[in-house]
Amino acid sequence: MRDFDTIVIGAGHNGLVCATQLARAGQRVLVLEAHGEAGGLARAREFHKGFKAPVAPSSHHFSPTVARALGLEQHGLKLAPPAPFTALAGDGTAPRVVRGETLAGASVEDAAAWPEFRARLQRFADALEPSWHKTMPRIAKGPVKSLLPLGQVGLRLRRLGKEDMREFLRVFSLPMRDLVDEHFEDEALKALLAWDGLIGSRMAPRSPNNAVLMMLYRMASQSHCAGTSLIHALGSAASAAGVTLETNAPVAKILVAADSKGQQAAGVRLASGEEISAEQVISSADPQTTFVKLLGVQHLEVGFSNRIGRLRCNGLVAKLNIALDGEPNFDGLESAQGRLLFAPSLDAIEFAFDASKYGEYSEQPVLEACVPTLETPELAPAGQHVLSAHVMFAPHALRAGWDEAAKADLAARALAVMERSAPGLREQMLGHELLSPVDLEQHYGVTGGHWHHTEFALDQALMMRPTYEAAQYESPVAGLWLCGAGCHPAGDLTGMAGYNAAQEVLA
Amino acid sequence: MSEAMQTDPYAGERLKESPFHPRQAALNLREAWSSWNGYRFAEYYYDPEYEYFCIRNGCGTYDICPMQKYRISGADAAAMLDRMVTRDVHKLAIDRVTYVVWCNDEGRVVDDGTIFRLGEQEYMLTCGSPCLAWIRKAAYGYEQVTVEDVSDEIAALSFQGPTTCAVLKRMGLEGIETLKPFGIRRFPFQGGELMVSRTGFTGDLGYELWIEKDRGLAMWDALYAAGEPYQIQPYGEEATNMARLEAGFIMPDMEFAEALKTVHFEHDQTPFELDLGWLVDFKKPHFNGRRALLEEKERGTRYTLTKLDIEGNKPAESSWIYRDRDCTKQIGYVTSAMWSPAAKANIALAMIETEYLDGPIWAWIDYEKELRQYGKVARCTVSKRAFWAPPRARATPPPDC
Repeated sequence: MRDFDTIVIGAGHNGLVCATQLARAGQRVLVLEAHGEAGGLARAREFHKGFKAPVAPSSHHFSPTVARALGLEQHGLKLAPPAPFTALAGDGTAPRVVRGETLAGASVEDAAAWPEFRARLQRFADALEPSWHKTMPRIAKGPVKSLLPLGQVGLRLRRLGKEDMREFLRVFSLPMRDLVDEHFEDEALKALLAWDGLIGSRMAPRSPNNAVLMMLYRMASQSHCAGTSLIHALGSAASAAGVTLETNAPVAKILVAADSKGQQAAGVRLASGEEISAEQVISSADPQTTFVKLLGVQHLEVGFSNRIGRLRCNGLVAKLNIALDGEPNFDGLESAQGRLLFAPSLDAIEFAFDASKYGEYSEQPVLEACVPTLETPELAPAGQHVLSAHVMFAPHALRAGWDEAAKADLAARALAVMERSAPGLREQMLGHELLSPVDLEQHYGVTGGHWHHTEFALDQALMMRPTYEAAQYESPVAGLWLCGAGCHPAGDLTGMAGYNAAQEVLA
Repeated sequence: MSEAMQTDPYAGERLKESPFHPRQAALNLREAWSSWNGYRFAEYYYDPEYEYFCIRNGCGTYDICPMQKYRISGADAAAMLDRMVTRDVHKLAIDRVTYVVWCNDEGRVVDDGTIFRLGEQEYMLTCGSPCLAWIRKAAYGYEQVTVEDVSDEIAALSFQGPTTCAVLKRMGLEGIETLKPFGIRRFPFQGGELMVSRTGFTGDLGYELWIEKDRGLAMWDALYAAGEPYQIQPYGEEATNMARLEAGFIMPDMEFAEALKTVHFEHDQTPFELDLGWLVDFKKPHFNGRRALLEEKERGTRYTLTKLDIEGNKPAESSWIYRDRDCTKQIGYVTSAMWSPAAKANIALAMIETEYLDGPIWAWIDYEKELRQYGKVARCTVSKRAFWAPPRARATPPPDC
């Protein structure tokens, strides 16, 4: 039987980060990937002959700490300054564009409110930033020093001064709408500024919860890189560190050595039947897949299993990829660089969300798109392009079910929304594919097709993520660890969950 | 009469009646009814002490229809139960019964009960309080297990006492004398099937009879016809409580607070605290609460449920237990107490701090004499064995049968 120090399940970016860290610390590490290529949701997938796109086309806040720790620059990763984020209202008005500290296309009043608003949120984001890199303390157990990360956050917030501290405590749980309404007038701008608190989550502008925290999470260490180039660099770093990567190797079961002394993760059994042993198994799969499907509840406590079982994992984002015969043109934009938002107002987002509450998608979906071929031309034949859109509030549990007709219908609606700002788009279209959350679940092995593996909300955040007794990356079964987006801090291409998990394993 | 008057506005609130109710109601001379799990239930029928002596010297029936019964079946049923309870369920053979406790993740007792293995992949779990929510939680994640609440589908009667085997034989249950303790046997009964298990809650020879609810009355009549020369008599909750205390069996809401119902921290109990450590099988690599129970075993158990033989004849109900005769150092409390006619002793179960079990133990007993309150201090002796455990309870065949 083949034997390794560590087996990492899943070659998504977190799995690769974790594996590389451990290999650099001298461990013999095997990464098992179910698909033919590494990359997880950032893996480019052919959706139309000659056209490829990943589900996650780019990263906006990949951790510089992780990049440094793994020496990703030597493997070709360039963390560029933040890309522009542009609101296209579809009503003939000029685009509103946020790029880092700058705001363009806004009214005089909104432009005047912007610097202070942005600077203050950035101070909050910077104060919180280190905590995304820390293992959260255990509830009720563990040494006092494990409380340090929380204490440090408190201290950093306190150091912001009385006024900022009070403001942080006031706004951190505000609905996005209340926050942006206080400062801005323009509906399209407000939608743009609220968006990063919402996308990927079951939250709309009026939802109180942790939308503001989500936005602050995304404002920490803002940068830009293409998802495919990130995966390329991570693959190269993993290979240089001596990680063994096996693709087309889906794991069927996590093996547990069990005797009267208790239980200990002992390796995995592949779908092929091969068993591979290891000192420890680290899963980058989502918590439900890891604990219920791969491990089995017979190895877990009843209460714990049920907390895993009731994690909210139903995704709300569909992926629309469009093959284009040329570069798309958007009203008022010289080039479709960066991210484009098609949500004319906060109400438009709210109404689109409303439909999803009742198991439907909206007649007027809201979406974020980009043209990844502008920086990664090899995703399409020469001169041709890919438009990749996150279509929001497409519920995993669509009441009528996700059949081909439903997907074609949602794609047509999304296209119609985009056409308001890109009149020639339909004529350029060579083909398209819409991946519903159900498709994402099937193609990428993510429960519910959820961006964050499980909802990033207050009850599933920090030392409650995914749930207590597994929130320090260590699971209740000795030798089994988690390192995916279902852990602290959350999803997105940041590498932090994988990095934090490796730190814990090595501690 | 108007329609409004015919409709009972409290219909959903009325107590249910067990399939045996028509016969039991006729025999409940004192109308001493209370309730158990929504069923009308007899505290006693005629006189609790008389009923107790029927259990110890003759035979009596106790209605266990209100007891909760869950049918758990499927390829994963054994694995699911084995993870839920502290004992090794895989060792349970077909047509055997085992006494179990199950705990929450923290190793605190949710409830106790019995598991009947009815077939290759079929089990019945019985317990005193509704537990369906917890069982469903325990079944989460198992693909091939079905949990059904069959509490209201089965007519079940506990039949206890030294003459029970003879009565069942007289009723026509051939070979019943060869049924071993915790064994199950099935008999044809008027076109249906009567299941008999050699189980009970009295610490004596006894059986429990299980039949589909529509045949319940017919079974009752057949049993009472056969038991007539033995002066068969129904008994209620009070007699049961006396018999079980002599046998050293625990009762919910007396010896333990069900862990899912407690509010205060650790006001529930672990199996070790209830002196049920023998039910905890650490040879199993995993079961619910194992980690916490292992920690407790290594750390030592704070309280231990202890059988006490107390001097004098005043029952030590609700007594405080002290380290010293002057009652300055309190070390525990009594959970159940009575004068035991069978043991001729003043007995009690008490929760006592484990570290003081080896030393002197005193109880402060409050008692009443013709409306006047008195108190006394009584020396307690720890008893390792049950106060009532006659050899006939385990003998196969039982004597006189």
